[in-house]
Amino acid sequence: MLTCKEFLKELNDYLDDTLDPELRRELEGHAAECPNCWVIFDTSKKTIQIFKGLEPQPLPARVRDRLMAALERKMASKTSAKTRPPGPLTSPQA
Amino acid sequence: MYERKIYRLAKHITNSDEDAEDVLQETFLKAYEHLDSFLGHSRFYTWLVRIAVNEGLMKLRKRKTDRTVSLDETPEGLEEPVIREIAVWDGSPEKKYSQQELRALLNQAIQNLKPSFRTVFVLRDVEELSTEETAEVLNLSVPAVKSRLLRARLELRERLTAMFKKKGDDVFAYL
Repeated sequence: MLTCKEFLKELNDYLDDTLDPELRRELEGHAAECPNCWVIFDTSKKTIQIFKGLEPQPLPARVRDRLMAALERKMASKTSAKTRPPGPLTSPQA
Repeated sequence: MYERKIYRLAKHITNSDEDAEDVLQETFLKAYEHLDSFLGHSRFYTWLVRIAVNEGLMKLRKRKTDRTVSLDETPEGLEEPVIREIAVWDGSPEKKYSQQELRALLNQAIQNLKPSFRTVFVLRDVEELSTEETAEVLNLSVPAVKSRLLRARLELRERLTAMFKKKGDDVFAYL
């Protein structure tokens, strides 16, 4: 049977469900026998779920406006650089 | 569509509304400018995240208020994760708190993590990048990402359990 330390070492892959089936069965067996490790697994899973469940907030209007204005300026400068007629290759003679 | 996620990511990395705003803007300006260099080897979103993470870490370094901003430090293996809070949660926090209250509690918990743990956690468990994508974005090895992620998850679990656990005798309800 796994020790608690070994259980913790594999906890990440157990939470991500990326363990091979045999090791997974060993962890499940340990969690069924060890209430402390079970509760650590359960509360870790809930910790991850609660963060994943939060939707990103809408951008504040001021932040969005500032971003859009900056992007528009950038696009305008890129467009004008492309459409500007090429300058003379040498300096004009006085 | 991506701007909300990039702004959230920037806020998590910098812990500052003002810096996050700058990071958001710089990220989209740089992405626009260097669109030609996006080769399609990774997802477009991962490419944006890489730019945002670099911008965010530069902000942190500039501020120099935090001595632990380097992601090159090697904290893994130095200390064992501390586990003090072993208790079941009191029902579902998602039902007990409004989204706004919950967001404030989670932000408070995540802000206390070291940047090197916080960034890995946010990329893996908030932005849902794979371990390999996270390693690529942060220039870390896969084992380093896994080690930091475990530390971050366990530290956050401690903090959230302290907030959400059953109180009194119920704390041992799972036994």
